[in-house]
Amino acid sequence: MTALITRRVVSTLLVLLGVSVVVFLLVQLVPGDPARVILGQNATPAAIAEVRQALGLDKPIVVQFMDYLGGLLRGDLGTSLIVNSPVIDIVLPRFMNTLILAGAALIICVGVGVPLGLLAAKKQYSVFDRASMFISMTGASVPVYWMALLLIGFFGLTLGWFPTSGMYDSREPGGLPDLLLHLVLPAVAAALVPLAVIARMTRSVTLEVLEQDYVRTLRASGLPESTILWRHALRNALPQIVTVIGLQVGYLLGGVIFVEVVFGWPGLGGQLYTSISQRDMPTIQAGVLFIAVVFVAVNLLADISVGVLDPRSRKQAVA
Amino acid sequence: MTATLQKARRVEMPPVSGGMEHEGPSRFRLAVRAYVRDKAAVVALIVLVLVVLAAMLAPFLTPYSPTEGSASERLQGIGTPGHPLGLDGQGRDVLSRILYGGRNSLVAGVVPVVVVFPIALTIGLLAGYAKGRVGEVLMRILDVIFAFPLVLLAIAIAAVFGAGLGNVMIAVGITLVPYLARVAYTATVQETGKDYVEAARAAGATVPQILWRELLPNVVSPLVVYATTLCGLTIVVTAGLSFLGIGVVPPTPDWGIMTSDGGKVLLEGYVYLAAIPGTVILIVSLAFNLIGDGLRDALDPRKQTS
Repeated sequence: MTALITRRVVSTLLVLLGVSVVVFLLVQLVPGDPARVILGQNATPAAIAEVRQALGLDKPIVVQFMDYLGGLLRGDLGTSLIVNSPVIDIVLPRFMNTLILAGAALIICVGVGVPLGLLAAKKQYSVFDRASMFISMTGASVPVYWMALLLIGFFGLTLGWFPTSGMYDSREPGGLPDLLLHLVLPAVAAALVPLAVIARMTRSVTLEVLEQDYVRTLRASGLPESTILWRHALRNALPQIVTVIGLQVGYLLGGVIFVEVVFGWPGLGGQLYTSISQRDMPTIQAGVLFIAVVFVAVNLLADISVGVLDPRSRKQAVA
Repeated sequence: MTATLQKARRVEMPPVSGGMEHEGPSRFRLAVRAYVRDKAAVVALIVLVLVVLAAMLAPFLTPYSPTEGSASERLQGIGTPGHPLGLDGQGRDVLSRILYGGRNSLVAGVVPVVVVFPIALTIGLLAGYAKGRVGEVLMRILDVIFAFPLVLLAIAIAAVFGAGLGNVMIAVGITLVPYLARVAYTATVQETGKDYVEAARAAGATVPQILWRELLPNVVSPLVVYATTLCGLTIVVTAGLSFLGIGVVPPTPDWGIMTSDGGKVLLEGYVYLAAIPGTVILIVSLAFNLIGDGLRDALDPRKQTS
């Protein structure tokens, strides 16, 4: 088990190194000279040279990357081009808000998606199975920004049950209950697409397990169907389900970006949107980096959980 | 005994089409026949063809301009005489914008997949056949790309390039390369281990011959299936980039921009303006997914019956 964790952590660190290279290269892709972008078209060559030196753009690209990486390791993500404050101070509080939203959405995904898939598998070809699989097939195609707007229209405006924007009431912020009330619609919007995929995958994984010989033996020995499903089949299906959930977190985080924009949720996605319109590259880089790191971390956790749940995978990983 | 039983069972199955059993239908025909049996996939294909036709024939289907409206007639609801889907916040005919917008949204969603397809196929084939170090290095590079959620990477690249239809397609195209390449790579690795490749090699086939004549036909089918499903995703993603203001530039009609415009008047109670274009995106995306599912079964020899 320790060997598995060590291997996974090492490969994750390598991936993170690669991630930092990609995020660093993003800026290199920006058309034109960044110094000219900052100073405008009428800048003198001397002024441009000065800014290039200040930004370290006159150094070889490998040295620039080492400087960037060194900064990252010290928690220095650069300075915003717009607000003139360290990027980390802008991004960190928003990162926490994004974690709250993404965490709530993940709870909904797993809490609804997995049981839905299990029940559909248990009642294969029933009306419930067909209906829930049709809905989740459709759900997987839903544009999340559209779903967010519809939720606002129906539950926010028509029914008036939930607030339509922000994280707390702007006039009288009311602590946790207020936060939860503001959380419902965005979390549901962000959860929908991955929930649909998780339900479908859970169903097909469970059906595969239910077709195996040992399940037939269990049935023949007279065990009730629900015991077979919950005690025996689920245990064998769970490692694959966990892997699927880990991968779906990517879609969830992508969806969260849109949801934050639509709901005015003060998180990384909303910040990314603002920074893109301001062309504030250091802040864009930091936002992209943080979201990628969350995704990588979740998949590391998923990998390790699979190792815990499925002793066979441990052997494979070490071999 | 077993063979007879199987034969008996086969006879019991409803005939798919009359009298073709002994003519040895071609692979293509088998696939078409298997596809036609999937009703959802057939309906999806018809819907998609209709949407594409409607977008192409937009000038003949609507007399109104998709970009110019009259401010005096703004925000008219569904069923307004002469404007079945109403008028938007700038007095533009919503149906016209949906029809013309389809041109941009469909192109932005499908072209990146089509352009990237041969590139990813080549990468996957070469790396899959070389295996060893090359394949290993490629997969590690792909691992890094997969550390970014697809939408995030598309947003980041689009943000760097700036808005515009061409830039969005480039951004989404770059994002898709690793996804398609991985499928081609996996399929190639699987196929390379099979006997027919070994036989070709023994018969003295050159590496290009093995790659393009032997492996390609078998690697293409899973990739076509995946690419079709991927179109369902890219339609949603590219419209999403337009929604965020880093895609197609207004006033050019596009389903993503229309959803975003609708969002701006949502709180005034005009939910339909966001609901309509989003529904169209959903239908087209779903159609691609169903067609992809249908193709997967149609191209699977185990599910083809003659």
